Amino acid sequence: MSGKTLTEKILEKNSGKPVSPGEVIETKVDIVAFHDLTGYHVIEVMEKAGMVKVFDKNKIVIAFDHLAPAPDLRSAEIHVYIRNFVKKLGIPNFHDVNFGILHEVLIEKYALPGQVIVAADSHTTTSGAVGAFAQGLGASDIAAAAITGKIWLSVPEPFKVTLEGTPAKWITGKDVALKLLGDFKADYFNGKSIEVVVKEPYAFPMDYRATTSNMGIEMNADALMFVPDNETKRYIKEMRGYEPQLITPDADAKYSDEHTIELNKMEPLVAAPHSVDNVKVVNEVEGIPVDQVFIGSCTNGRISDFEIAARIMKGKKVKTRCIAIPSSYEMFKRALEAGYVQTLFEAGCVITYGTCGPCLGGHFGILGPGEVAVSTSSRNFKGRMGSPESQVYLSGPAVAAASAVTGKITDPRVIA
Amino acid sequence: MIVEGPVMKFGDKIDTDIIIPARYLKYTDPQYLGQHAMEPLDPEFYKKASKGVILVAGKAFGMGSSREQAAIALKAAGVKAIIAESFARIFFRNAINNGLPVIVLPNATKEINDGEYVKVNVETGEVIVGNKVLKGKGISGMALDILKEGGLIEYLKKVSVK
Ligand code: SF4
Repeated sequence: MSGKTLTEKILEKNSGKPVSPGEVIETKVDIVAFHDLTGYHVIEVMEKAGMVKVFDKNKIVIAFDHLAPAPDLRSAEIHVYIRNFVKKLGIPNFHDVNFGILHEVLIEKYALPGQVIVAADSHTTTSGAVGAFAQGLGASDIAAAAITGKIWLSVPEPFKVTLEGTPAKWITGKDVALKLLGDFKADYFNGKSIEVVVKEPYAFPMDYRATTSNMGIEMNADALMFVPDNETKRYIKEMRGYEPQLITPDADAKYSDEHTIELNKMEPLVAAPHSVDNVKVVNEVEGIPVDQVFIGSCTNGRISDFEIAARIMKGKKVKTRCIAIPSSYEMFKRALEAGYVQTLFEAGCVITYGTCGPCLGGHFGILGPGEVAVSTSSRNFKGRMGSPESQVYLSGPAVAAASAVTGKITDPRVIA
Repeated sequence: MIVEGPVMKFGDKIDTDIIIPARYLKYTDPQYLGQHAMEPLDPEFYKKASKGVILVAGKAFGMGSSREQAAIALKAAGVKAIIAESFARIFFRNAINNGLPVIVLPNATKEINDGEYVKVNVETGEVIVGNKVLKGKGISGMALDILKEGGLIEYLKKVSVK
């Protein structure tokens, strides 16, 4: 008998039974989370079902991010409604507008290797960075999970990706995500869970992993998990002060298929409008004039992203509108202490923290008709960041910062 | 469970930002959402769908965000079922949880034309178009129970009463 994958080990642990791909199982969940924009809907479902209660209030995590700080009256109403729910049920893990984007908060404070995490947001896959089986679900499913502590799911087929070597200059987690999207296209991983093994753990740190896991949903994967290793330990120790227990696949685990990426051979990639899998090497789109650059989101709003942006922008002025949003209080604080906030400010960026901002066309930099943006966020669907007549190129922080400095899509290797 | 109606056909990768743009997500009222369904592609969609239609689409229907309003909006606009070559996982569940039947049918966009009249057997996954019978993937188990109750809320109420 062959060994077990990480997917199998986690789902067996939480369901209490052996599992096999394709099988529909019921499993316990370790964390149920939601944010403002889906959270009010979750609570509405609970009210309509006549069950405003949670299975374990310590296992519920709520953060305000999409509508933070409230951009209009309806958003403020939503916030009041959720704060009342939090008070009424006495939920301790509630993070108001000054804290961070839910997925960032989850990996900084809560997610652990081997957990099953569900949240009312598609980018819940981000927590796969620490080796949790993490899935986004709709509001009704999350209401049911919060009430019962259980969900049903179909066991995905495990697919293994190996990252070899150390990343070439300016290559980060975004390029790995875009590489998988470009090579396999957006539908390929439907029904599969991707398990990523990093051959040199410290060469592909947690920030990069979080970006790649975040975009697992763009690949339509059921989960995208990094196999926990020394970097996982280092990160959790650094953020929370304790060392986590690791759970790893067996050496002879059987995967439906495998794929290897050589990090040192990669080039900076972008996804051109209007599809996440319309992936090109940056040179192919170089020179296209840009109106706005956005560096932030739960995809690329971490300290390493701002370090890269600051390296490229140091002593220069931006030629586009540039909006920079560290994904949490903690990330903003670190960027501030390291001088990155000052560098970006002096370059002419507009800066805030802990909000989704323009990522989903919410507020703080919505695109107008005919405008072109380079964004480090996760999606470039038609109209995603504002007008259906705007165009979004997705990239990592280096391409975004370089494009802000020159005013057109730019290969960072040319200018820095 | 049989649903039938004329087909409105779409291509691959119809994402949730197309089905219902984010600016409408601060409300869950079906009527309001229905009026904005598919707006970026076709602002008249809700008028065309209002008498009841079956959507036929290509791969990865509903990819993108977890917004349950995507399923609510389509249903409220008049969509009675969706037949697609594949669905995004979250959308598929959201549709079931809101009582909207979803059938996976390989080659759906090649076999079925815009405007044709189709009859769908939700349990068996059989789709009848003219004199063709196509074999899709039916809904079974708990998903079928939820669908039959009209959605997850009704299902939860029923289960908790037992
Ligand atoms: S930053 Fe963007 S992708 Fe992330 S949770 Fe917010 S809206 Fe979603």
